[in-house]
Amino acid sequence: MQKTVSLSMKAERRRENIAGYLYMAPSLIFFLGFVIFPMGMCLFTSFFDYTMTDFTFSGFQNYARAFNDSIFTNHALINTIVIVLVSVPVVCLFSLWVATIIYKMRDFGTSFYRCVFYLPVVTGSVAVTVVWKWIFNNYTGVLNFIMKNMGGMLQDIGLMEKTMGTVFSGNWNWLGNPATALGCIIMILLTTSVGQPIVLYVSALSNVNHSLIEAAEVDGATNMQVFWRIKWPQIMPTTLYILVITTINSFQCFALIQLLTSGGPVNSTQTIMYYIYYNVFKMQDYGYGSAMGVILAVIIALFSAIQFKLAKTDNG
Amino acid sequence: MDNTINTKPIRKMKNKPQHGQDHSVQSKKGYFIVSVIVLVVIAILFIFPLYWIITGSFKTPQAVNARVPVWFPLQWTTVHYSKLFQRPAFQWLGNTVLICGLSMLLTCITASMGGYALAKKKFIGRAVIFSMFVCAMALPKQVILIPLLKEMAFLRLHNTLWAVILPTVGWPFGVFLMKQFSENIPGELLEAARIDGAGEVLTFTNIVFPMIKPGIGALAIFTFITTWNDYFLQLIMLNDTKVLSISLGIAKLQSEMSTDYGLIMAGAALGSVPIIAIFLVFQKFFTRGITMGAVKG
Repeated sequence: MQKTVSLSMKAERRRENIAGYLYMAPSLIFFLGFVIFPMGMCLFTSFFDYTMTDFTFSGFQNYARAFNDSIFTNHALINTIVIVLVSVPVVCLFSLWVATIIYKMRDFGTSFYRCVFYLPVVTGSVAVTVVWKWIFNNYTGVLNFIMKNMGGMLQDIGLMEKTMGTVFSGNWNWLGNPATALGCIIMILLTTSVGQPIVLYVSALSNVNHSLIEAAEVDGATNMQVFWRIKWPQIMPTTLYILVITTINSFQCFALIQLLTSGGPVNSTQTIMYYIYYNVFKMQDYGYGSAMGVILAVIIALFSAIQFKLAKTDNG
Repeated sequence: MDNTINTKPIRKMKNKPQHGQDHSVQSKKGYFIVSVIVLVVIAILFIFPLYWIITGSFKTPQAVNARVPVWFPLQWTTVHYSKLFQRPAFQWLGNTVLICGLSMLLTCITASMGGYALAKKKFIGRAVIFSMFVCAMALPKQVILIPLLKEMAFLRLHNTLWAVILPTVGWPFGVFLMKQFSENIPGELLEAARIDGAGEVLTFTNIVFPMIKPGIGALAIFTFITTWNDYFLQLIMLNDTKVLSISLGIAKLQSEMSTDYGLIMAGAALGSVPIIAIFLVFQKFFTRGITMGAVKG
């Protein structure tokens, strides 16, 4: 009797194992074949001199080359970090602010604003980019028209002496000028990044424990106190998630740069992602591109780790 | 669990002198009204690019190139669209629909099975597989594209739509999302089905599938929209004019005709209006997909 029970248990366990792996098989095959395998290959080729004609082991040479490449260290790396350091806090604070306003609205209001802020994401990076390119155009763009009128107004009230040669001149080359190109890219990136965080914050805020808020309000807590002491700790996991995804997205900002500036003028909008693309697809230098890809992955992992650490100490 | 953390500050608040109730209500209202006004202005800025795409695509060439912007076209023309359709724009659109549709279908099938197994089947190595999926999700997707290109060339799939579809299906987000949804299936139900002699296939199609249907809906629409806009992957994998997606088509227009903004806007409208329409119709599912993916994320 005892034996048959344990036998059937064993058979049961075997059945679970087989069934589990049969269910897993389709997704696992795709995952291993098209995500894990290329990831491993990326690491592998980063140690090789790998071009159209050449494939020889070179140790850490590609990595050393990256850190001696002034375009990589002085432009691509710095610009990427600037983009991340500006966009991540702005996206988080802005989407939190929007969410606190719209989550209290009636159903229609909430979903209307949610859609509006999601619009640039759904429109697609290419369509968004080409229209912004037109808006920024120095002859037919809307922005120069608006800035020129603003400049005229500033002149009229005596705040400015002349508009020639400034952003108010009416023919400022927004994307062609190193002073403004990166700023323009970051601005467009912001409009395409806040959609998802707003959706997440709205749902997190509506799930906050209401009895606590009511109790605090009865006790005469101000809005600010209710927010920072009751809601903020409860939406902390959402904040962390948003920090991480926004960081990853900002690091990978690519379409904007490829279509608007191609890294120029004079590398002022060069980023790691674009520089990898440039080296791999324009220079056919696969080994070097892979090494920079690994460096990028390590940097992103570091940023995420720091964010997790900060979030933990914040909670404790 | 948060109760214990939060009782302290509340007690502190109690001791504070109470402000006049009317005053605080009024300032609350004032803040709300000001914020809503600011919000409306920002919302207009967010809608403007789309407005500019659509109106721009119908403006006369003179209006497009006017130095004083034509805010609303009084003269409408379809000249840009007829120029656009001299190119294989419909084929680009068809390719995109094919890529998105097949990716969506395959992702839904593989992810619902995988997610169910991870949530409900106790097989050896489950924890390892799951943590692999989660870790892969945190890594930059673009980094794997270089070896992926070589892999696709090796499989002779480069320049076919499959080169975009297969990596999209492999991306772990779907499995992760479906695991979240499958957690809610009561174990007793599965046990009952097993006792009644239902096999694995029958259990999955008749019990599991109906219960995770909302999840599949969310995943389907999420996959469709993100695949539509996955420009980098398409850029690397597809070069032939025949296999271009609509995003690549617009990018091509812009690189060849960089200042013909009317034509470029017509392309942008063709590429974005269908997906926006789909988004607006299935908005509820989409939102659920995003929020469910973030829980425990």
